[in-house]
Amino acid sequence: MAFPRSDVASAAPAPGAQSAGNPPPGVPAAAPTTVKIVVAGGFAVGKTTFIGSISDIEPLSTEAAMTEHSIGVDDAGGVSDRKTTTTVAMDFGRIALPGNLWLYLFGTPGQDRFLFMWDDLVRGAIGAVVLVDTERLEQCFPAVDYFEARGIPFVVAVNCFDGIARHSLDAVREALAVPPHVPMIYTDARSRAATKQVLITLVQLAMQRLAG
Amino acid sequence: MTDMLAGDGRHSEPEEEEASTVRPYAVTGGRTSPTSADLPVEALVQALAAPEVTMTPEKRRIVELTQSQYLSVAELSAHVRLPVPVVRIVVGDLAESGAVRVHGLTRSDGYAPSATLSVLESVLNGISSL
Repeated sequence: MAFPRSDVASAAPAPGAQSAGNPPPGVPAAAPTTVKIVVAGGFAVGKTTFIGSISDIEPLSTEAAMTEHSIGVDDAGGVSDRKTTTTVAMDFGRIALPGNLWLYLFGTPGQDRFLFMWDDLVRGAIGAVVLVDTERLEQCFPAVDYFEARGIPFVVAVNCFDGIARHSLDAVREALAVPPHVPMIYTDARSRAATKQVLITLVQLAMQRLAG
Repeated sequence: MTDMLAGDGRHSEPEEEEASTVRPYAVTGGRTSPTSADLPVEALVQALAAPEVTMTPEKRRIVELTQSQYLSVAELSAHVRLPVPVVRIVVGDLAESGAVRVHGLTRSDGYAPSATLSVLESVLNGISSL
């Protein structure tokens, strides 16, 4: 039934699909087990940098709503009302781990008017990282409230943009009204080692929750 | 339902004449809530057959891309340039027709992690060894 086109088709270049980090040709017999972690925080707090610091693939962006096409606006800074539709882009990355495991990191759309999208995203997630910029603390209130209210394991990672911590973690915890049981750590979104530590802290927390 | 495809909007909405792509919900035949609407963004898609010329361009593209690698719904959204809800529907159709298999379909209700303790342990060890 099928036309003898499969060779042509599979030989055709697939833009973007062959980026570094993809598995070598030949799909492994068993599909990887996928797990995900959500990375939340305010606009431009460094979520994509955080994801990119550890992802095997260059962070990708899910396709946004069609209005962006038709309007021809693709300027992340200029969030206009006309872009407010049912779908917004999410940046994400992927890490292959031993044991045929793929860990996806999804950056949530920053503004709290996109909170409705999180319900879909957090289902089945290991937990969440709330990335905080101490200069704009108020931006992460919605994320902290959201995860706290739903009992989703989360850690608060205070991003030190220039390696300098301007506020003590206690001060940030108090300002954000984050309960004592929520881990809070300094991070540097550009640093693979720092990102690793944040993820380890979160997975440990999720394990404690599951075991307890 | 099928009426939604009748006029593709090119004449009634001249302000969108620059749009080079087919309007996303035309791709899905106007449907917005198929059984697969629940596909997790991290669910992996694997082609089971070669792309066929009778398929829509979007379906063909998805089948092509997943010939030699597993790709998640999110990755397909990025590569095929269709919003996630649209990818879910197209993938759902493909799965129904047997052209692709979807892995990682089962996810927990509510907000409990779908990963078991042993999977989490593997994740922890894996990240630690990076």
